[in-house]
Amino acid sequence: MLGKLTLSAIPYDVPILVGTFIGVAVIGLAVLAAITYFRKWGYLWREWLTTVDHKKLGVMYIVLAIVMLLRGFADAVMMRTQLALSYQGNPGYLPPHHYDQVFSAHGTIMIFFMAMAFMTGLFNFVVPLQVGARDVAFPFLNSVSFYMTLVGAVLINISLFVGEFSNVGWLGYPPVSELQFNPGVGVDYYIWAVQISGIGTLLTGVNFFTTIVKMRAPGMKWMQIPVFTWTAFFSNIMILTTFPILTATISLLSLDRYLGMHFFTNDGGGNVMLYLNLIWAWGHPEVYILILPAFGVFSEIAATFSGKPLFGYKTMVYASGVITFLGSIVWVHHFFTMGAGADVNTFFGIMTMFIAVPTGVKIFNWLFTMYKGRVRFEGPMNWIVGFMITFSIGGMTGVMLAMPAADWVLHNSLFLVAHFHNVIIGGVFFGYVAGMNYWFPKVFGYKLRDSWGKWAFRFWFVGFYLSFIPLYIVGLEGMTRRLNHYDNPNWHPWLLVACVGVFVLTLGVLCQVGQLVFAVVDAVNKKHDAQDLTGDNWGTGRTLEWSIPSPVPHYNFARLPVIRGLDTFDTEKELGRPKPVSELQPIHMPKYSSLGPILGFFTFLLGFAMVWHIWWLAIVGLVGAFIAVVVRSADLDIDYYVPVEEIRADEEAFAKRLNATQAAE
Amino acid sequence: MKRLWRFFPALPALMLSGCTVDLLQPGGPIGEGNRDMMVLEFAVMMCVVVPTCIATLVIAWKYRAANTKAEYKPKWAHSNVLEVFIWGIPVLIIAVLSCINFWSTHYYDPYKPLAQDMLKREHAENTKPLEVQVVSLDWKWLFIYPEQGIATINELDVPTKTPLDLHITSDSVMTSFFIPQLGSQIYSMAGMETRLHLLARKPGSYRGEAAQYTGPGFSGMKFRAIAMPQEQFASWVENVRTGTSQFAEKDALDEKTYRRYATPPAVSNEVAPAPAPVTYFSNVQSALFQHIIAKYNNGMARDANGSGVMHMDMQNNGANGTSSATGM
Repeated sequence: MLGKLTLSAIPYDVPILVGTFIGVAVIGLAVLAAITYFRKWGYLWREWLTTVDHKKLGVMYIVLAIVMLLRGFADAVMMRTQLALSYQGNPGYLPPHHYDQVFSAHGTIMIFFMAMAFMTGLFNFVVPLQVGARDVAFPFLNSVSFYMTLVGAVLINISLFVGEFSNVGWLGYPPVSELQFNPGVGVDYYIWAVQISGIGTLLTGVNFFTTIVKMRAPGMKWMQIPVFTWTAFFSNIMILTTFPILTATISLLSLDRYLGMHFFTNDGGGNVMLYLNLIWAWGHPEVYILILPAFGVFSEIAATFSGKPLFGYKTMVYASGVITFLGSIVWVHHFFTMGAGADVNTFFGIMTMFIAVPTGVKIFNWLFTMYKGRVRFEGPMNWIVGFMITFSIGGMTGVMLAMPAADWVLHNSLFLVAHFHNVIIGGVFFGYVAGMNYWFPKVFGYKLRDSWGKWAFRFWFVGFYLSFIPLYIVGLEGMTRRLNHYDNPNWHPWLLVACVGVFVLTLGVLCQVGQLVFAVVDAVNKKHDAQDLTGDNWGTGRTLEWSIPSPVPHYNFARLPVIRGLDTFDTEKELGRPKPVSELQPIHMPKYSSLGPILGFFTFLLGFAMVWHIWWLAIVGLVGAFIAVVVRSADLDIDYYVPVEEIRADEEAFAKRLNATQAAE
Repeated sequence: MKRLWRFFPALPALMLSGCTVDLLQPGGPIGEGNRDMMVLEFAVMMCVVVPTCIATLVIAWKYRAANTKAEYKPKWAHSNVLEVFIWGIPVLIIAVLSCINFWSTHYYDPYKPLAQDMLKREHAENTKPLEVQVVSLDWKWLFIYPEQGIATINELDVPTKTPLDLHITSDSVMTSFFIPQLGSQIYSMAGMETRLHLLARKPGSYRGEAAQYTGPGFSGMKFRAIAMPQEQFASWVENVRTGTSQFAEKDALDEKTYRRYATPPAVSNEVAPAPAPVTYFSNVQSALFQHIIAKYNNGMARDANGSGVMHMDMQNNGANGTSSATGM
């Protein structure tokens, strides 16, 4: 009846997990109780869970990313403390069975459910506003994408308390992930979490590619698209070209595990080398999928806070294109040690090194954007200076790893681990956090407190170096990744330093949580100087999103904007806004739909049932999801018109606010 | 206390003194090659990274909003001259590194026997290479010396100044064979044979490890690579053959004994499996290595000179492993 699921799957004998469960349960119950007490269930369902509004979906994505950041970060703290303790005979407090799940979950969560969710959240909020659209091309599909990501995240977190998670790292290399070596449900949790969220991401790619190609405001030529949207465009092209590879690879692994096939097994003609090539043909472009939008964020911020246009806009676009192309033909550098011939290794090594060219170009462009500007070091700008220094160092170690003759000793070492954290924290994470600080007032109409943001940056910047420079050094001392305990006395002092580093990073995370808490406090108190009344919170916004009120009305633009070259809003501020030529028209908008969450629910049943081999429930999930899709396809009542009166009222209120602020100045 | 702070900048150096930074203090020419490539790239990249970081800080400081004396060009966003430098400098640096990349990837190719000029420098051009067959197991390393007819577990003894010709496979999951101080690592994969050529210059005991995650016993999957002068190596081989060492296993390493050793230890959720002790085998069934590979290939393995395929019969594992050799 319940497949492989029995009471023994509940790890009630592991104190850490029981403690975590109690903590999560208490917080969860408190949240549920609060929603009930304030009678917010209806509001939550009608306004948020069933939404197809890209702005609200963006917010939900980022909330998910922040929760997952806390989970993944807790894993990081556990790993660092384990390695600070487990020295010379001391086994530490995490036996391999637990520790191996921790590092696998850390990688999987941080990439798929923190970084990807954060990035998709930024796409959702920013891209339609920057191209002057009223929603994405396929609003309902957008809601489905979100629920697929959420289902993946829920599955991976349920594995904490029901059964176990994968113990073989974030990419699930076979043959150690095959049934022969891994009969438990851990790898199956990994498979279904990644598979379901991967489908969500692919749909996001379809959605945003179409939005950017087809939904730009009238007159916006390709070379007038804001840089963040350009980078989102390239990122989505890579999602479209590579996520199908991930889906196929994970499917083949599932066939091995569920139907006894032999794609990647040791015997029966299976071959692990096939898996490595396939997974990295997705996995390498994946890191460029993540970093390009971060570059886009930095480009927007550098221009805004330097009071100048971005230096070399066209160069920036071309460089992103070159990165997109080169990023897709370098995957072999993840296994120079697999025994490929010297010519193959040379080709992939040189291609990898050449990615440093467009990336270096971008760094110089940001540098010259600040040059002869008036640089204001408000919150978001701190992150970009920290990024430029950190990322240059990460890029340098990346070029070192790109040379096969060096990689043959650095491969799989902590030097490598330090390198990719160097570029993912210093690049991707700094970028997304800067983006959150930058667009937060646009989303909610309230600013994040700058002082807390600055402290968060300081702790992250210092904590990063304290945590990862030691890892570079132990890597040079021959320490490999994923070790659970060790007996080399040379490594111990460095791992202690890294452990101190992770606690400094904890302070950074706490400051960020503080920032969010105070934003809520300010909003509840209607604190006046935390409000963004003009819509152009930073005063030097250049792109369309700053021309509309904050928070943005649900239809985004009362009138579709008229594009006047690159940085339309900046031009308008200089030359004056053109008088509207047309009267306000009713706006055609999509209706909210409860089928998104319903589809998500059935997909969750499917995933959970497949993990535990509960076949009847899997059929229920599959059929339920299918019916939800059919119902949606047959539904013709999916749109409505926003009445002119509502739009006019919004416009007049905004004009009044603008006049009031101008009078105050 | 204040005086002590003066030593603060030297702290990293103090922490490193007395330690071995394995990759920077290699014990052979391959490791030196790896190190030289790293150091060279580091140096070349520093030429651009350091100025970039300094320029970032200087420009950010000079053009801060509070400094109203600094020039402000609110429209300036393009310069052809700068574009040439912006693209030109990285292209130039990467072009130089690419040439080095091409040369070093070929020169240090792990599959190729060590280059003649390298052997000359090591005074090893006339030394016959030592062949060792390496098998990664759960969670230990088996080293077979086919010419000597002996084998060891978790200890790789080699003569110095002798090219090492390593043939690597796995009889379990994939992992990576790595002796940090000797240089390059190569994956071990079941049913396949990978190759690695190394050389130890000076006598010493080097740490060896599995560099790719293999399961619960991964952290204990270590071995020592002990390099000793050639004469001493000869007497070590004799010692193993006679089975008088404290590590000696009385049974010969035939199919049956091998199976006993290849079986993974019992695994619990609470503690890590104990590392396997060093073991010497005085006698090894011939072509055991080919048998291990053939298990995964319908009984086929490449023959000794690599040009043909031979059929290994696992069921009737007599003392003579090679049955029929067929050319490809």
